[in-house]
Amino acid sequence: MNFLLAIIIGILYGAGTYMILRRSLVKVILGLIFLGHAANLLIFTIGRLTKGAPAFIPQGAETLAEPYADPLPQALILTAIVIGFGVQAFAIVLFKRTYQTVGTDDLDKMKSTDELK
Amino acid sequence: MINQIIILPIILPLIFAVTMLFFWRSVAVHRYINLFGTLVSLVVSIIILVQVISEGIISLQVGSWQAPFGISIVADLLSTVMVVITAVIGFATALYSIGTIDPDREKYLYYPLLQFLLMGINGAFLTGDIFNLYVWFEVMLISSFVLLVLGGTRGQFEGAIKYVTLNLLSSAIFLAAVGILYGVAGTLNMADLARRIPFVEQKELLTVVSVLFMIAFGVKAAIFPLFFWLPASYHTPPVAVSAIFAGLLTKVGVYALIRFFTTIFVHDIGFTHNLLLISAVLTMLTGVLGAAAQSDFRKILSFHIISQIGYMILGLALFSPLAIAGAIFYIIHHIIVKTNLFFVSGVVDKMKGSFDLNKLGGVYKFYPLLGLLFLIPALSLAGIPPLSGFWAKFVVIKAGLEVQEYFVIGIALLVGLLTLFSMTKIWNEVFWKDDPRGYENHLDESYKQITSTKKYLVIAPIVFLALITIIIGFYAEPFFKYANDAAEQLINSSVYINSVLGMR
Repeated sequence: MNFLLAIIIGILYGAGTYMILRRSLVKVILGLIFLGHAANLLIFTIGRLTKGAPAFIPQGAETLAEPYADPLPQALILTAIVIGFGVQAFAIVLFKRTYQTVGTDDLDKMKSTDELK
Repeated sequence: MINQIIILPIILPLIFAVTMLFFWRSVAVHRYINLFGTLVSLVVSIIILVQVISEGIISLQVGSWQAPFGISIVADLLSTVMVVITAVIGFATALYSIGTIDPDREKYLYYPLLQFLLMGINGAFLTGDIFNLYVWFEVMLISSFVLLVLGGTRGQFEGAIKYVTLNLLSSAIFLAAVGILYGVAGTLNMADLARRIPFVEQKELLTVVSVLFMIAFGVKAAIFPLFFWLPASYHTPPVAVSAIFAGLLTKVGVYALIRFFTTIFVHDIGFTHNLLLISAVLTMLTGVLGAAAQSDFRKILSFHIISQIGYMILGLALFSPLAIAGAIFYIIHHIIVKTNLFFVSGVVDKMKGSFDLNKLGGVYKFYPLLGLLFLIPALSLAGIPPLSGFWAKFVVIKAGLEVQEYFVIGIALLVGLLTLFSMTKIWNEVFWKDDPRGYENHLDESYKQITSTKKYLVIAPIVFLALITIIIGFYAEPFFKYANDAAEQLINSSVYINSVLGMR
């Protein structure tokens, strides 16, 4: 499972990096989404996967018995997914409005703010 | 519990922003609440500062979950000073915004967004937990995204594309670094990390993580080679927004770098801090040379943000108590001065209707006092004694000489000279030379319709910040003493650790 997840994370990072280097706005936003998911999966995997052992204290016991799944990475990912969703939704709207205002989705043509006048 | 007061700089802006949303049709109410809110925040932050100075580090465990299991809010001297400066700039921007922001932007919730931005910034300064820092960064970023595009001109969108893309990228890197760090060290509480990192076995992985953090914060702080979003976007929104961005946002990145590379990642100084040193030198040089090529008031100032960030990173990279104190002093000085310069550029734009140096001129002839108000922050930025910038540069350079980094110090001095060149360029073109349209006082049509109350509201924050610059310049000693104490707290992290984790 670890191995499979590592491969998937690698693919997501690779695809995300490739996509944000493209000139088209749509591809850039897809790339950002890939990178966000890759980071989430990375936290998930690196927090050590433990199968079928939720972090609940069994009835009658005082403490948790090893092994149990660390709940913290899951909490982190949940937060990160929610934040990522909000920010990506904003970015998609922003990119659409930019396309409408500037009239192109080619990043190489959006350099009026960088030019020396 | 008096400790609870340190959460107020985060809660208060939230309360004021939500209150404003209840009156969302009435712009006038927004203005008053915003002004009142920033004033209250200023008073509260000063009270906290007084307490931190007298009692040492104050920490609060949110929801009474003991550290390192819950989220800690920690006010040490550095955090508190940053919160006070944020409140000062928030107050100045609140005044300036009333005078300059157009009604359309005000109607679309400009003031609540400003409060949310301040909340995110204060949260980032006060948190003692790395994941919480990520959350505050996002709060700050999303408000800044909206403030940046509010109004929807073409330039704003083009700038925002770059700003948003690079900041989202840096957030993704930050998140990945947080994940790996948790995997390596098993905690995300800063104090707990500072305690555990010396015992971590995988030192190489730790160095990789620290460089990931350096990249993530480097994008936000606009260090070389990650600064390209800044000059592309900072000159596009209204001046009040540029000013608060220029003053505060990049400094949050610098603050995070200082916090991480003094308290947490000091296991491999030879590598990480050398990397910072190289980056600092190139940041200073590229920033100041970029500015020299520009002929737009705000673009010159934007490039100067980058070169000044270089000095702060230089102070951090030299990594002696004096150098870090210098970096902290530099941040305080720079936030005040840079915001003020942007304010002045906005006044000139209101009068003459342009930021283009070639179209401007003759301001000094008719408004000598405005010329003086420009000169104070401009000379301070260049480091002319006895203004605040001189002491900031002096301390960083003295620290550099003590550790015998002569080449780096040479570059820093050269950059100071080039900064003076840029400031003289603005002075000559905007204030000294005659207006290219003739000898009379050419004013923009819209300027004549601005009421005199609004004019005072615009000038008041400029005078206020100029006074602070002068006070820091003439009474540098107490400010420097506190910067020194803050640096001391950062380097001897045991006080910080004990205060947060509650060990005696």
